[in-house]
Amino acid sequence: MLAQDAKTPLKRTPLFELHLARGGKMVPFAGYEMPVQFSAGVLREHLHTRAAAGLFDVSHMGQIVLRARSGRLEDAALALERLVPQDIFSLPPGRQRYAQLTHESGGILDDLMVANFGDHLFLVVNAACKDADEAHLHARLADVCTIEPLSDRALLALQGPKAAAVLAQHCAGVSQMRFMDAGPRKVASFDCFVSRSGYTGEDGFEISVPAEHAEQLAKLFLADTSVLPIGLGARDSLRLEAGLCLYGHDIDTTTTPVEAALEWSIQKSRRTGGPRAGGFLGADKILAQLDQGAPRRRVGLKPEGRAPVREGAALFVDAASPMRIGAITSGGFGPSLNAPVAMGYLPTAFASTGAQVFAEVRGQRLALRVATTPFVPNTYKR
Amino acid sequence: MTTLFTSDHEWLRIEGDVATVGITDYAQSQLGDVVFVELPKVGRSLKKAEAAAVVESVKAASDVYAPITGQVLEVNEAVTAEPALVNSDAAGKAWFFKMKIADKSELGGLMDEAAYKAHTA
Repeated sequence: MLAQDAKTPLKRTPLFELHLARGGKMVPFAGYEMPVQFSAGVLREHLHTRAAAGLFDVSHMGQIVLRARSGRLEDAALALERLVPQDIFSLPPGRQRYAQLTHESGGILDDLMVANFGDHLFLVVNAACKDADEAHLHARLADVCTIEPLSDRALLALQGPKAAAVLAQHCAGVSQMRFMDAGPRKVASFDCFVSRSGYTGEDGFEISVPAEHAEQLAKLFLADTSVLPIGLGARDSLRLEAGLCLYGHDIDTTTTPVEAALEWSIQKSRRTGGPRAGGFLGADKILAQLDQGAPRRRVGLKPEGRAPVREGAALFVDAASPMRIGAITSGGFGPSLNAPVAMGYLPTAFASTGAQVFAEVRGQRLALRVATTPFVPNTYKR
Repeated sequence: MTTLFTSDHEWLRIEGDVATVGITDYAQSQLGDVVFVELPKVGRSLKKAEAAAVVESVKAASDVYAPITGQVLEVNEAVTAEPALVNSDAAGKAWFFKMKIADKSELGGLMDEAAYKAHTA
């Protein structure tokens, strides 16, 4: 979490009053007052999301419209490809893709979702990065594109096995949507942007709604007995079990997409030999790592004992060696696994699945095994 | 039998020269769902205010400090086996450890129940 500058007042999302009314315990997060949990508590909120449906307020995230000055979507897509290693040009209308804004050094400025809405691109970026991302887009793409932050919209995530049935009561055509389909849809009577995606490893949806209707829409979802409001605490444990990166923790400007094991998100067309190979910030380093491998890798780690191993814990090759080989970047307890889970970086030689490493926790060395992620199988409707 | 409290939200039940130590119901409600508890080794000599045990919720780890100086006589394995006991019965079955009171004068610095209630109000 980011330290809060005492001089800057915390911002509130359009659902602030609803959070208080539902027993939300509010904490500062990325400049916003956000609910870390509701009355059910992190454990129940987590398990409820995997068993039924959870409603998350992610309105603090940035929503940005990127439109080519020419009016041609391809121009916006090709422009954005200067800043991300993903194939945006071939992204079909109504589809969304996970991407990273890269730095000249090959590091990651932010991770984001990019959707093709037909005549423009729709981006969802992290709350803590959104001002910097907008400035970056302006500085790099203003010649070709207009960049319009949608600050008057809220963003709700409805996640879990019952999310589709709940949303279908208010939105036509939901059952036809596949994972990562995205586009404008009427939800209730409101003009929303709906994507079948999320950050919990569950099937689910993210719904961008005009701020003035956000509370009404959230109440419609919460009126369904299968939906509980979920705080940031369970959002974190859900995404950790799903093996998903948290920006500022698992990825940042010092980690490349290849080191972060995100190369699955880089399409062939942008790699060496592809029709639009390179041409993005940091391409030299990232393409070289795609070809030759990276010196270190982000891996899933399962502690062998019951003690959670948390962010910042140093990693060692054995129980005694003074040589620090890496560190935990996210770690905690996985309620669905009923066991501790973690992620961290290790030199590639130590990063094979099943390898044992040790973390230092309160002066003791605890054994962990490198594990495949997701820790909990995802249930996306592909 | 007297029950005393610390400002760090621990309770001590005093029986003769033995203190049974746990965390308060207020503390467990603030921590949230407890998923891991680590207790001191039997026989360990604890100094007042030294980290003696660890309680972890889904979100965070918290130290439990020795409320007074003394040697650990017994630990409650039921709590390490079933950490959720801390949420369901913090003041009872989820006691953490028993210690031999080294210096009874240290008890004078602790709160009674009324004072602790005022402290958390």
